[in-house]
Amino acid sequence: MADRIRVNLRDIINEEERLSPGHRLCAGCAEPIVVRQIFHAISDQPVIVASSTGCLEVSTSQFPTTAWRVPWIHNAFENSATTIAGVEAAYNALKRRGRIPEDKEIKFMAIGGDGASYDIGLQFISGALERGHKFVYVCLNNEAYMNTGIQRSGATPRGASTTTSPAGEVLQGKTQWRKPFTKIMAAHDIPYVAQTAPHNYRDLMMKAKKAFAANGPAVLNILAPCPRGWRYNAEQTLTLAKLAADTCAWPMYEVENGKTVVNYKPREKLPITEWLKSQGRFRHLLRPANAQLVEEIQAKVDAEWEELLKAEANS
Amino acid sequence: MVNSKYMPLDGANAVAQAMRQINPDVVAAYPITPQTAVVQKFSEYVADGIVDTEFIPVESEHAAMSACVGSSAAGARVMTATAANGLALMWEVVYIASGMRLPIVLTVVNRALSAPINIHCDHSDSMGARDSGWIQLYAETGQEAYDNTIQAIRIAEHTDLLTPVMSCQDGFITGHGVERVGILPDDVVREFVGIYQPDAYLLDTDHPVSMGAFDFTDYYFEHKRQQIDALERAMPIIEAVGKEYEALSGRPQPIIDTYGMDDAEYAIVALNSAAGTARAVARQWRAKGVKVGIVKPRVFRPFPAKQLTEALKGCKAVAVMDRAVSFGAAPGMGPLFTEITSALYVEGITGPKVLNYIYGLGGRDLVPPMVDSVYQDLQATAGDGNGQVVRYLGLRG
Repeated sequence: MADRIRVNLRDIINEEERLSPGHRLCAGCAEPIVVRQIFHAISDQPVIVASSTGCLEVSTSQFPTTAWRVPWIHNAFENSATTIAGVEAAYNALKRRGRIPEDKEIKFMAIGGDGASYDIGLQFISGALERGHKFVYVCLNNEAYMNTGIQRSGATPRGASTTTSPAGEVLQGKTQWRKPFTKIMAAHDIPYVAQTAPHNYRDLMMKAKKAFAANGPAVLNILAPCPRGWRYNAEQTLTLAKLAADTCAWPMYEVENGKTVVNYKPREKLPITEWLKSQGRFRHLLRPANAQLVEEIQAKVDAEWEELLKAEANS
Repeated sequence: MVNSKYMPLDGANAVAQAMRQINPDVVAAYPITPQTAVVQKFSEYVADGIVDTEFIPVESEHAAMSACVGSSAAGARVMTATAANGLALMWEVVYIASGMRLPIVLTVVNRALSAPINIHCDHSDSMGARDSGWIQLYAETGQEAYDNTIQAIRIAEHTDLLTPVMSCQDGFITGHGVERVGILPDDVVREFVGIYQPDAYLLDTDHPVSMGAFDFTDYYFEHKRQQIDALERAMPIIEAVGKEYEALSGRPQPIIDTYGMDDAEYAIVALNSAAGTARAVARQWRAKGVKVGIVKPRVFRPFPAKQLTEALKGCKAVAVMDRAVSFGAAPGMGPLFTEITSALYVEGITGPKVLNYIYGLGGRDLVPPMVDSVYQDLQATAGDGNGQVVRYLGLRG
């Protein structure tokens, strides 16, 4: 385990916000909270950001305004990892040629939603990881295509109702399990991969620090509750993030140089029904007719949690 | 003028030589036949330390252009190369590169688009990209591909343009065809291209910029107008860069290359290698006393309407040769034809009869007897003024 990394709130509130207020993200959106936590985690270092098309991008960059006080680029939906890889390559080239001072360190970050990460951009991320670009890929995971109106993604959990997996007379929301994106990222044998959520800012910021300090690519998969898409009241965003961790619907863990550590183990693991009943997207699952499906979801959560604990024990 | 050193090179390797001399900051590329030789040769230069370019061996052409956008926005001079399906795969980002005004230079070794899959030459790839906001240069020979590649850097990065350039040559025909290519001394090329130093770029972290921002209905149109204006400014800049390069190399760099057009009655217009075949035939017809000519545009975007109409206005009949099809277009179906006839109409030139020849799709050879038949057709058409507008060369049935 790395040294305990201090996160001092007094320092944080005195730092400049590198994502400025005045952007157009929804009330209660987790995304700017996450981005600001990451910026504060590396507040002493210059960083260049590439955003995939998505909620964060459209809401922070409406010309002629911008909320970004760091160099920022948006290219397309699927290719933020490749775009930042290009920036990092330019940095290496210009440094080698003496056009950037030898001692100038810059951090590189790509940000995409779960659509950009799990689905349309998976190949681009995989390629950038395989080539070993030194950058951090951040998935702001709100578990559906929220920017285009709450359509299912590879990250949408089974049973969730979205506009392309609606709960109907026959189908009870999304019929498939979500893609194990974090495991896929870790399977690239890169120095650092972690799952986290913004309710635990110490955990998130510690992981951001580790990711940016890694000697190679790193991936953070961060749960980003979405009031509109998940159908809950805006003030509950961080409460829901915590509930996700407490029900083990969203385990908080990291894989550091191949070693798995589960960073948060709920004292009392809450039943998945607590998670399901907290959001409108799962409401239909609580009907008696869907009891079997809820059991399957609980069994899946339990199995994944056990697998994770086993991975930790074996590390 | 400095003397070139002459080497036996195929067109792809001629471009690789130009890239070696330019020594760009970043190259991001993915191999595809018949462009492969460019990427392979350049990889050797990297492996042997002949260039100190940062080479990104991406996992697809879409990623190639995506990385180019990132590198160029970061402040680097960036080059890549592709063909056919590779260009099709990077399509989305081709438009983003020009929309973000990033001076990327892309070599296209022209190849037919699938389906059916076919690795040989036609212009369906780059002609499909003619509305993407890129400047397009076309080369008859490996020599011209070399020359255009070097000039493309200066054109793209010109501060009045900041527009990417697509430099095209024919797959296999010139791409794999070995010829005698004159290579300028390395230091001369490096001095000619200089160092790319943009005003605003991502790596200037002390002056943060947002690039690729979201335009609503209130700005998109104006930004597109700026691109339109840049392309309208491009022709004199391409001419000036060409003149400077000619003074250096001794090789003229006309916007349109002409043969016999001072008094030609029958003219053929063709891009790339077909112009060479047609010119050889035209010389034979000239020797027989027939006033024939050849027009070969080196620049297709911006479209050299003035130069073409000026060259063609005195002809009795003109054959526009297209190695690409705009399916369902009428009365002709090749992009070169529709743009030339449109330009003639706007200039009020109604004298020449204009025919459209579709040839060479999927790499079918254009051989001299086909060109003979075109001149025969032109003589007949000028006589009776009737007949099919669209004709095919070397097509069965």
